[in-house]
Amino acid sequence: MKFPLSWLKYHLETDATLDELAKAMTMAGLEIEDIDNPAEKFADFSVAYVQEAVQHPDADRLRVCTVETKDGIKQIVCGAPNARTGMRAVFAPLGTYIPGLDFALDKKPRKIRGVESHGMMCSAKELELGEDHDGIIDLEGDWEVGTPAVTALGQDDPVIDFEVTPNRPDWLGVRGIARDLAATGIGTLKDVPVGEIEGTFDSPVTIELDWPEACPVFMGRMIRGVKNVESPDWLKKALTAIGLRPINALADITNLISYDRCRPLHVYDAAKLEGGVIRARKGRGEADTFEALDNKDYAPGESMCVIADDARCLGLGGVMGGTYSGCSEGTTDVFIESAWFDPLITRATAKATGIDSDAKYRFERGVDPESCREGIEYATRLILEICGGEASHVVIAGEAPAKPADIEFPVTEVKRLTGLDLPREEIIRILATLGFEPKGEGDVLTVGVPSWRMDCSLKADLVEEVARIHGFNHLNATSLKRLPGRFEAPATVMQLRARYARRALAGRGYSEAVTWSFAEKSQAALFGGHGEGLELDNPISSELDVMRPTALIHLLTAMQSNADRGQADAALFEVGPVYLTDAPDGQRLVATGVLPIHADRHWAGSRQPDVFDIKADVEAVLNAAGAPVASLQTVAEARDWWHPGRSGVMRLGPKNVIAEFGEIHPRVLKALDIDGRVLAFEIVLDNIPQPKKSNGLKARTPLEKAELTPVRRDFAFLVDKSVAADALIRAAKGADKAMITGVSVFDTYEGQGVPDGQVSIGLEVTLQPRDKTLTDEEIDVIAKKIVDKAIKATGGSLRG
Amino acid sequence: MTQIAQENAQAEVEALRMQISDRLESIDTLSEFQDLKVAIFGKKGELNAKLREAGRDPVKRVNYSPLLNELKLQLTQRFARKLETLESAAMDAALASETVDVTLPVRPQRQGSLHPITQVMEELAVIFADMGFAVAEGPDVEDDFHNFTALNFPEGHPARDTQDTFFMKPDAEGMRKVLRTHTSPVQIRTLLKQKPPIRIIAPGRVYRCDWDQTHTPMFHQVEGLVIDKEANMGHLKGVLLDFISAFFETDQVEARFRPHHFPFTEPSAEMDVKYERVGAGVKVGSGNQWMEILGCGMVHPNVIRNCGLDPDEYQGFAWGMGVDRLAMLKYGAPDLRDFFNSDVRWLAHYGFSPLLQANLATGLS
Repeated sequence: MKFPLSWLKYHLETDATLDELAKAMTMAGLEIEDIDNPAEKFADFSVAYVQEAVQHPDADRLRVCTVETKDGIKQIVCGAPNARTGMRAVFAPLGTYIPGLDFALDKKPRKIRGVESHGMMCSAKELELGEDHDGIIDLEGDWEVGTPAVTALGQDDPVIDFEVTPNRPDWLGVRGIARDLAATGIGTLKDVPVGEIEGTFDSPVTIELDWPEACPVFMGRMIRGVKNVESPDWLKKALTAIGLRPINALADITNLISYDRCRPLHVYDAAKLEGGVIRARKGRGEADTFEALDNKDYAPGESMCVIADDARCLGLGGVMGGTYSGCSEGTTDVFIESAWFDPLITRATAKATGIDSDAKYRFERGVDPESCREGIEYATRLILEICGGEASHVVIAGEAPAKPADIEFPVTEVKRLTGLDLPREEIIRILATLGFEPKGEGDVLTVGVPSWRMDCSLKADLVEEVARIHGFNHLNATSLKRLPGRFEAPATVMQLRARYARRALAGRGYSEAVTWSFAEKSQAALFGGHGEGLELDNPISSELDVMRPTALIHLLTAMQSNADRGQADAALFEVGPVYLTDAPDGQRLVATGVLPIHADRHWAGSRQPDVFDIKADVEAVLNAAGAPVASLQTVAEARDWWHPGRSGVMRLGPKNVIAEFGEIHPRVLKALDIDGRVLAFEIVLDNIPQPKKSNGLKARTPLEKAELTPVRRDFAFLVDKSVAADALIRAAKGADKAMITGVSVFDTYEGQGVPDGQVSIGLEVTLQPRDKTLTDEEIDVIAKKIVDKAIKATGGSLRG
Repeated sequence: MTQIAQENAQAEVEALRMQISDRLESIDTLSEFQDLKVAIFGKKGELNAKLREAGRDPVKRVNYSPLLNELKLQLTQRFARKLETLESAAMDAALASETVDVTLPVRPQRQGSLHPITQVMEELAVIFADMGFAVAEGPDVEDDFHNFTALNFPEGHPARDTQDTFFMKPDAEGMRKVLRTHTSPVQIRTLLKQKPPIRIIAPGRVYRCDWDQTHTPMFHQVEGLVIDKEANMGHLKGVLLDFISAFFETDQVEARFRPHHFPFTEPSAEMDVKYERVGAGVKVGSGNQWMEILGCGMVHPNVIRNCGLDPDEYQGFAWGMGVDRLAMLKYGAPDLRDFFNSDVRWLAHYGFSPLLQANLATGLS
């Protein structure tokens, strides 16, 4: 919302400076967005007097002027045809920035065809104050040299632009702004009566309200014999200042009142009305098709409130009028509409039609329902003043909706919610200057709410009014200390898990990325598709139209983008959500990583990462995140976007899959336009079981340190290639859980000496004697158990 | 006689000493040394032969034996020194053959990093933990009740328009889930399941349908909520001033609270801080310009009531602010869109070492 300072001062008596007013607005909740202050913008430009203008000795089109300026007598070379002795012009000293030319004058005088020029005299266009560029500004009037140019030009009215919050439609009228400012004590609200015009005849047009929920009150009045002239300068200037284009007097008057009182009006050309009745009713679809003032056709349905006469729909109530019944230069009789339209219905209509208008903007926020009378009287007076004519009596249909109910307000609420200790009298004063009516003797006031403050219905609303006007700068900042008796660390297990997973991955060389939660449907389909209910109705782009089932999509494509930029070995990870269903528990926190199978050449030889590198990364993350890694089972059962022979899952029990890792299937990479091969993993941090509840003690169990030297024995087994090495290892480990402390694979071999379809796996088993050294016989017993177990579990044999 | 014999003995042993010394000196490999050592000191070695010979003759025993023993002792020491020299030379030679050019580059090591959003979220958690706040979380896919209705956004109110909401396609019953437009629904979820006193912050992803240099369809917010029986706007101001001071690591915060409007708070305010631009970043606590940093207010009585509490008994405050924006301000990243582009050059430049653990004892970053 924009308004010029002079307009505010029409309502507010104040000596405050622009800065003070701006500060008062800001601190009362009217957040300044911009102040266009010509006095500041054109501070360098001032009135100068041309003592003499003579022909330049070397240039026909130039004149050499002797100019009296605020800085003394200056010689200025000027190319304007109208430069003449005895004129008053606008002077810009050396170094001044000229907005219309978008450059600054040199700081040192320049010679123009051999004659030094010490500044410039400006045209209206150079000051961006008009289009005139034929000559320099020739000021009318006896202005003293040095007077600010904007003053001499009558352009010194600053325009203030501020944000109107949705709760304060009354700020959409300048008077509402003045009222709040008056309450802050920076001035007083002037009494600016709109006048009351007695009608001289009965309006031939009457009003009927068929849909009182949408339009409960409608006042109208006929004015006969008007001339729809061009508006007077003051009116045009006021509208231009707020960015509206003056049209004609009737249109301009309604616009003025809309911005002055937040009171939208509509004026019909009475000659176009048929049947003598105007009604507010539900739309009738196609039958009501009409052309609105935006020159588009609309067919308002029954959820919309239209204004109609007997013959046709004239417009959308509270939103936009129609071209048919609009006023033109030839209009002589007019009918003024001053009605109130329901905010929700107005808003729904505007949304459905896509129409935006000043009226709609106000009605959907809530226009003062008791302002119909003020609006119609104000309009009548201005029309009679500017356009002449004769006014009818006012016709009224319906009743204004009830104003907000009184609020029972204990004055102690102010202190309870804000800590501000204000005297009862001050609370009453603030409320009263804002237009509230505080009544009652004790500490509980009964506060009447003004009709324009439909946002106020609760005690807290009044607390806000009091605190806001008193000033939030008076709030007493009070630190909060930890609540007594709470020593538990506030971070949850899950939060710590995410934190450790991130650090483990960053520590292993992965860069953390944060990527979109949305993905493209067809790409999500490569990874099992998006979850049910997770397709967006209004995606920001068709490439981001579902919630992602995996973060792999973006990490893989980001990896390729990095490669395209010359970063071929970007290892990326993200710890973020994936979306399985639209339920509150349908989201999982997943650590996802990608690692290109790539190695830069190196003088000492380079090695490309393989599945076992990514598996090591997964185990590192799981360890960091506190997963029971030793209990996890690895099986080659990854889903179909993984390489069928180079991928696996780690799970706890048969169902709880905690991690999936391996190479991404080349088919998927191709579909995503990814070059080369990629290793990746997904670790579902939510699926890691919660640790057992501790007893609150941090002490650890005593360390058991075996004193005796461990014994190592090697075994080579021949097993079918389909047998998982993990099964063999587990079997060996299980042979004597007390004695066997480690099983490692030191060799796998297939080829000569090993039957087709089989593989030889070499295990090194570590035995840890506890109480006494093992005898050879004892070791043999354990070795036999290992062999038996392994053969039983895998169907293999001991290699001879 | 005795004297002559003695002199002869001395001359002879001296000659022997000279002779062995010369041979020792002339050696320059370990194997020659071993041979010589055996030749001199071995059981059948020259020294032992002399000693034996002297031992057999009582006269010689008197003249020769002490001299020979002394010689043996002396030679033993000299041989030991020689051995040391030879071994040292041998090691030098071996090492010389193992020389590499240490100026050659190492095998490349990836340097991982943490995203600035992670860093800032951890900073927030640390600062507020010190004031007794826990971190709460909620889902990104929300329903209308938690995102709007419970937060006192009236159905059809223009305030809903300010949120640029993403909707899911309607389900069989025509209900549309939304992507949360702010972290405020976590307030509702927390209030519905937890008894006051409550102190939480809720960081997370939020979504609005908007995309330019300072807006992305997904960004991050952190919500704060305090509910008890006495938390008032003075506490709100205190908490936020303490936060700004801790986050920007300065005592000199100059802030102002400006009235504003949010459906879910009453009274509502926005907080501005004084700042100046320094390079790509901003310095908070100096300068002459105000910058809006967050929105806040006393929790609206309707919100408290919607969560089953009595607003005349319980009260409190809430605030919300952009995490990405805090990161941009503090760490000087100019374009929000870069946060989500996964460009490893950007991640390395604006990212943080995993060794850095934000805490109040060692500083946040």
